[in-house]
Amino acid sequence: MSIAWNAFTPATALIGGAIIGAAVALFVVLNGRIAGVSGILGGLARPRAGDISWRVAFVAGLVAAPLAWGLLAALPEIRVDAGFPALVAAGLLVGVGTRYGGGCTSGHGVCGVSRASPRSIAATVAFMAAGFATVYIVRHLIAQ
Amino acid sequence: MSYTAASFAAGFVFGLGLLVAGMANPAKVLAFLDLAGAWDPSLALVMAGAVAVGAVAFAFIKKRSHTLLGTPVLLPSPRRIDRRLILGSLVFGVGWGLAGICPGPALVMAGAGSAKGLAFLAAVIAGNGVFEFFEKRAAAGPARMQSS
Repeated sequence: MSIAWNAFTPATALIGGAIIGAAVALFVVLNGRIAGVSGILGGLARPRAGDISWRVAFVAGLVAAPLAWGLLAALPEIRVDAGFPALVAAGLLVGVGTRYGGGCTSGHGVCGVSRASPRSIAATVAFMAAGFATVYIVRHLIAQ
Repeated sequence: MSYTAASFAAGFVFGLGLLVAGMANPAKVLAFLDLAGAWDPSLALVMAGAVAVGAVAFAFIKKRSHTLLGTPVLLPSPRRIDRRLILGSLVFGVGWGLAGICPGPALVMAGAGSAKGLAFLAAVIAGNGVFEFFEKRAAAGPARMQSS
């Protein structure tokens, strides 16, 4: 392992993380819910009366953030190295896996760990391990 | 502030946080997941910052049955670590490692007009549909098909 000191951005990572934490805090204090993006989005796949508008609003907020940012400043870099077939395969895995696992990086990783939920800590260890293993296989075994 | 407006605000602030943190950039997420390459530890600090603030809010709400808007607190109560949780999370992790994108950043990327972000998001929504299809079938079928 070698740390990429030129790519490491500790200050913006901590500040951005604290802003994400503030969003999570706002959501639980005002809406009484876990800010888990996969669950909020996935719930729209089985729409129930009275359970739609808050989900759409949260999703719209996430989509609106870069639009508002773009009005004031240049958007930060978004670099996607994966091609379309890999992205579609990855998206399907994420769409199915997060629903069976009951959460993703936000619901389990941020909210669940914040609540010290054993379930979420187990889920976070599992998806982190799978992420590390997948990148290792793709970049260091297949690409060699 | 209405319930729906509060939800929009939370999503909006969440999106800003992802942008500030650099987490809407899949290349940066993959640089964190690449332990054997030139490793960028930033994502770990994003989690640390988010958990530090989030933990205060969850400690505050834990003692209350209602939110500041007067609505009920609806936090998940299951504690069981089962096969469904672990297998689902492993599948999610494989997808995350292939693209460097998870659901929150996918929505931010879509808002930023990234065609690849939109393609990924469409596949996530299709994946949600696949899940609902099998859930419905399991619920309609014999009890032994129900996994939890």
